[in-house]
Order: sequence, then C-alpha cells, then structure tokens
Amino acid sequence: MSRAAAPLAQVQGVDSDAKLAFVEFLLTSIDVQESSRRAVDWLVAHAPVTEAAVLVAEPLTSEMLLVAEHGVTSGAIMDFSLSREDSAHPLIQALHTPAPSFVDALPLHHRAPLESRSFHVIPLRAEAGEHAHGLLLVAGLAPALDAETLWLSRTLGKQVSRLMGRQLLAETRFGQERMLLYSIINAVTDPILLTDTEGKLIIANSHAEKLFAAPEEASEGWRRAAALNNMLFSAALSTSAVGMSEMSRRELLLVDPLEGSDLLFELLSSRAKDERQGTYVVSILRNVTDLARAKEEIEESYRTLRVAQAEVRDERHRLDLIIDSVADPILVTDQEGDIVLMNTPAERLFNAPGIDDEGTLRRVRANGANLTSFVSNVLTRSGEQRYRGEIQLGDPMTGRPLPVEAVAGTILSEQGELMWVVTILHDLTEAIEKARLYEQLKQASVELERKVQEATAELADQNELLRRQHIALEQASALKSQFLANMSHEFRTPLNAILGYTHMLLNNVTGPVSDPQRKSLTRIDSNSRHLLALINDILDITRIEAGRMPLNATSFGIGELFDEVQAELEPIIKRSNLAVTTKMRAGVPTVRSDRQKVKQIMLNLLSNALKFTPAGSVTMTASYDSKQKEIAIAVKDTGVGIPVEDQVKVFEDFRQLDSSPARGYGGTGLGLSICRRLAHILGGSIELESTAGKGSTFTLRLPAKARKR
Amino acid sequence: MKPASTTAREQPLVLVVEDYQDAREMYAAYLQFSGFEVAEAGNGIEAIDKTHELMPDIVLMDLALPRMDGWEATKRLKSDPRTRHIPIVALTGHALAGHAEGAREAGCDAFVTKPCLPDALVTEIKRLLDLHRPNAENAKDGARTPKASKKRS
Repeated sequence: MSRAAAPLAQVQGVDSDAKLAFVEFLLTSIDVQESSRRAVDWLVAHAPVTEAAVLVAEPLTSEMLLVAEHGVTSGAIMDFSLSREDSAHPLIQALHTPAPSFVDALPLHHRAPLESRSFHVIPLRAEAGEHAHGLLLVAGLAPALDAETLWLSRTLGKQVSRLMGRQLLAETRFGQERMLLYSIINAVTDPILLTDTEGKLIIANSHAEKLFAAPEEASEGWRRAAALNNMLFSAALSTSAVGMSEMSRRELLLVDPLEGSDLLFELLSSRAKDERQGTYVVSILRNVTDLARAKEEIEESYRTLRVAQAEVRDERHRLDLIIDSVADPILVTDQEGDIVLMNTPAERLFNAPGIDDEGTLRRVRANGANLTSFVSNVLTRSGEQRYRGEIQLGDPMTGRPLPVEAVAGTILSEQGELMWVVTILHDLTEAIEKARLYEQLKQASVELERKVQEATAELADQNELLRRQHIALEQASALKSQFLANMSHEFRTPLNAILGYTHMLLNNVTGPVSDPQRKSLTRIDSNSRHLLALINDILDITRIEAGRMPLNATSFGIGELFDEVQAELEPIIKRSNLAVTTKMRAGVPTVRSDRQKVKQIMLNLLSNALKFTPAGSVTMTASYDSKQKEIAIAVKDTGVGIPVEDQVKVFEDFRQLDSSPARGYGGTGLGLSICRRLAHILGGSIELESTAGKGSTFTLRLPAKARKR
Repeated sequence: MKPASTTAREQPLVLVVEDYQDAREMYAAYLQFSGFEVAEAGNGIEAIDKTHELMPDIVLMDLALPRMDGWEATKRLKSDPRTRHIPIVALTGHALAGHAEGAREAGCDAFVTKPCLPDALVTEIKRLLDLHRPNAENAKDGARTPKASKKRS
C-alpha cells in the first residue's frame, strides 16, 4: 500500500481528473493486463500515439509477453516472440537501461510488436535503479518525451511491479490460466508432475514438491529422501512404457521425506506433446499406501471370514448331520411360519423331494398346513418357551394316518424378538398302538385275573375234594393194610397148624412114617414154609407201607450180627460148599440202630448170595466211613451176577430174574424189595455192583446212629 | 386133663392157652411128646382159672383170645402174688410190632411169634424153665428129658 500511495501524490498534474480516474482504476485492479490496457488507452487519449505496446517479463519463462497494445495488427501480435535471453536485442538491452530510450530504425532482423521501426522504449519499474518488469513501447511521439507520458510510464511501472511482485502470473492472460491450472493441480491431493522424458522436473504441484523438492532449510534426511524419490521416479518412468501414447499404470514405492515411512503410489503417466516445449510426461501419483494397507486388511478380513465361513459351514454340516441323524422330524420356522430348515425325516413329511405323485403332493401340502396352524398357535402364545401339542399328519407315500406329538421351542433374538420356532415331531403311532395294546393287555389281565380267581376257586374246590379223597384213600389204605394184616394172620393160623402137624408127623410123634409118606410130608412142609414166607413178606411190606414198622434202636456190634447171621444160615452154608468169610475193617464202631432190621437185611443179603453162587466164595465186609459217619456192610459173592439192565429190577416187588415157576432158587422175590425199604427206614440205602457171570456185591449203608424218624 | 398139684408133678406142667383148637391140640400133643405135662385153656378167663387151679410151671399164652384177651389175662396173673412167679410165654400171632410191645408191658417173660413150629416153642419153654429153676425147687431136672429129637427138613 505504501507503493500505491505514491501515484496519488502526483495527481495534481495537468489533467488531474483524468489522472485521478486512471490511478483509482489502477488501485482497484489486480490484473497486469487490465492495468496495461487502461494505461495504453489513457496514453492514446492524451498523446499523439500511433502505436503502443506493453511487454512484461514472464517470471517463470524467459519470455516477454505482450499484454496490451494499440495500433498493432493482429498478425504482428501473433508473430511476436521475444526471449529475455536474446541479450543482443535492443528491447532486452533496453530492459536493463535506467532511462527511457528512443529506438530509431530498429534493425529488421530484430522483431518488435510495432509496425514502426522507430519508437520509444520505456522500462517499467517501481523506482529508479530497480529491476524492470516490463517495457512500454510508444511510436508517434517526439523524440523528447513529454511529462504526461513519463508520468504514465512511471505510474504503470509502479503498478506492474506491484502486481508482478505479488502475483507474477496473474496479470498475464496465460499466467492467469497457469495460475488456474496451478490452483487446480494444487487442489488435487495427488502429487502431479510434469517432466521431460528423462524425468527432469518441469512443473510439480505442492504435493509433488513435498516428495521431490527439498527446500533450502530442509534437513539432510529430507534432502536425501527427495533425492531418492527422484531417482526412484526417474527409474520408474524410464522403465515404464513411456514410448507409448496411452497411459501407463504402475506401482511406485517412495519415501515420505517428513515421516521417513514408505509410501506406495500408483503411478499414472502419459505423454503430452507441446509444440514449443516438445514431448513431456505428465505423471499422477496416487497414494495407495492406505489402500494397500486397507487391501491387506481386507484380505486379512476376507481370509478370517473365509475361515469363519468354513467353520460355520463345518458347524452347519455337523449340525445337519446331527439333526438328520435324529429319527424324529425337526423343523425350524421363521416368524412368518415359513420353514427355513428341516432334517431328512421332516423332509419326507413336508417336502417329498423328487416325487410328483399327486396324492403324495396333496398329503405333503396337508401336512404343511397342519404344521403351519400349529406353529401359528405357538407364535400367538408369546411368552411361552415351550409348546406341546398333537398334530394329525399323514404319511405322504401311503396316506397312513400319522399322529405326532409336536414340541415347539422358540428362539428369541438378543432383543427378545421371536426369531425362530423349532419344532420336533414325535411319531405317536407306536405310543398310541402301545396304549391300545396296553389297554388290551389290561383287559386281558383283568380277564386273566377273573379266570385265575375262578380257577383258584375251582382249584380250592378240587383241593377240598382231593383232601377228602385223600382222607378217604388214607382210610381205605389203612383199612387195606389192616385187612391184609388180619388176613395174613388168618392165613397163618391154619398154616401154623399145617406146619405143626406136618412137623409132628415127620418127627414120628404119631408113630413111624414110611419113606414115601415122609417124602410127601416133606413136600407139604416145604410148600407150607414157602407159603408162610410169602405171607410174612407181604405182611412186612404192608407194615412198612402202613408206617407200622417203628424204629427200635439199640446199640450192638456188627461182629455179633455176623456171627448170628452165619449161625442161622449154617445149614445152608454147609450145603452150599462155599467159603463164607467175614471181615471187620479197622475202626468200625458200635452201631445204634434197629438190630432186628439190620439183621433181617443181612440175612437176606447173605442168603441171596448163597442162593445165587454155584461155586466160589461169599465175603461179608464191614467198614466205616468216619467222614459220613456211615457203616457199610458189603456182601460179595462170586455168583451168577446181574446184568446191568436188570440191576434196578432186582429191587422191585416179586421180582426174580428167572421168574419161571420152576426156578431153582426159591424165595418169594420180595426179599430185596423189603431190604431196601428197611434200609430206608434205618436212614440208609442198599447199593448193587455186579457183573453178569462174575458175581455181585450188595452194600448196605446205614448211619452209625440212626435218627428217630 | 388130670389135675395135679405142683408138688406131685414129675414133669413140668405147661398151660397152653389158645382159642384155635387145632393149634392148641397140636402144641399140646407135641409138648406131651416132648415130655411135658400139658393143660389147655381156650380163653383168658379160663386161663386165669386154670392157672389158679393147677399152678402150672409155665404158661403159653396166645394174645388174641375171646372173652378176655391174653394181655389182660397176663396182666392179672402177673399182678397176683400167687401166680406172679409163673413165667408166661406170649404167642403173638399178629407179628405187628405193637403186639410184642404190649406183651412185654403186660408182663410176659418171653414171646414167640406165630406161626411157630412146635420145636421152636419147646426150645423157648425149656429156656425159660431153666431160667426159673431156682424159684421152683421141685421142678428138678424133669424137664430136661426124654426126646428132644431135632429134625429139620
């Protein structure tokens, strides 16, 4: 502003109003060209000017630009071009002269914007001695410049210096566009560079400058970073397909000069052709560092997502397997009631995939409808977590009724909103069938119970009947035993007489008998004795069976019994010519048992042995089993023996192996049967060991101390 | 039947008590044949009467008797001081155990099961008489005589 005040002080000139208006205009103008044009206009109005032009020094190039003119043909304007490096040119020389000069007849090889070859050249500067920013060319004036023209030149000089100093290019037409372009490219956040094909920087926007140009005051690191970036950039350009006209795109790693961190750029470069400047390269760097990082992050997220998806898929697969493996149909429905998930068993009921049979489809739809109504029931009962009900479905394939129990559970979102309904169906056919069977079973059970009761009652009656029959039988049996006992007694009374008289006759009580008489009497005697033996045996059995054979236990030695038995059978032993021996093993104690019965058994066994042994020996052995406290009396013979198949029979009633009437052994056939019965009464047993043709061993075993029955 | 006082007897007197005549006479005949004097009774009452009258050396008592059975008769004889010493041999026709027990309880000194051959009976009687000899001084050795021919087929 201090410079702007200067022209105002001199406004008090010849034409003060015109000057004042001009100065006011200049003060409001910020444009070199506009100011210059006004100045030329003012000059033309106030002086006899034929031609005039204003040239200003373009600060970035060495050009002198024509910014205003008067009387100059357009062709001259187009052709004009002047470089400040053309130091031989009078106009360039005039730029450095302190005072205005008059060019009289400019040599033709020098170009000037005016037609006239003679003109005044007035340097435009702020103050005398300062560097000139431009030139005012005026033709048509007298060689000595008038005061008005000098004032104007001084005023314009100040104005041009002021504007050129503040905004060098703004006052020029091209400069303005350049400024605009600068503004534009500076506004672009991406670094933009204009270089020659070698990579040498021509123009860079501020973002590019930060990367590639280090100011004077920059640190060593910054400068190095800038140098490195330049190298990298040049290398990138030279290796890129710069030769081609189309745009090339590549990545470029640079260094942030301030941060020192890596910056990744996408380098877009394309060739531009300029007629004056030749071929150069426009490069735009797009910072993709964040992008790359973002990309990495995205890739990482994507990978995580993929893993998560795989996990979810696995989980889902597992879940599918699990719910498919459940035999009961499972369905998941959304809040609209639409099925979103179901397992295979459920699909059979509600989907019937791959089947287009009309009946099946109809049943599937019916099933679906039934399910929907169930689910809608569930949906209306908000608040209940579980809902149980029965649905009548049908087997889609067969149409068989399929009653199911449905259990539904609701799944709520975190906000408590109902999300899904999970329904599990359970086939009730079996349960119903079971219930039916159970009912039948119950009825059957009741029926059975009734029958059992009837049967029990009947059984009780039967039992009662049986009891009575049993009593009757017992009575009958007792009567029979009594009868038999009586009868045998009655038999024996006359038999006693027969035997007695026969005996008497044989003993000559009634006088001598002849031999034939004796023979007959002997027959009578032996048959009577046999009859008596039979009667006695029958009586014994009867008594045993009637339980009227009590145990009469006394203590006695087996040895004495051996003697007695042998003595009683002495005649038979003598007749048999058999060697009869007895053996007492060591430790045989005194026996407490029914002496008479033991003796009876021994008599029987020994007489049997004698009877059935044609030759050889009979041995009676007594031994004692101290562990069992059991006496064993074995009667061993070397007789005919008993075949194995007959060894049971010999103990049966009336059984002799040779049961022909003419049997040679005598006896009633009741002996062993009675022996066995007696042995039982004594708490013992009789065993038989025999080989046909070799002999038999009958062993009586009895407890050393018979127990009272 | 000749009544004889105890003192005058040369042979031991056996009172045969038996209701079955054939058997009674058979025993009697054989006992006589064997050297005894024999008296007979057909029932229990008669047996008591005859015992008191004849004071036999031994009584052969059938148990199953009409009017008064052998047990009762034996009991009475054994409870009478006059007849207590006379040995009584029971003839138990019923070989049922109860009969033997009953006989012993009634006071019989021995018992013989019917059917019994005369020989066996004689043997038993002799055995008992030998046992009672010290009591009956006058019985002497008479019972031990004539024929005791044992013959068995």
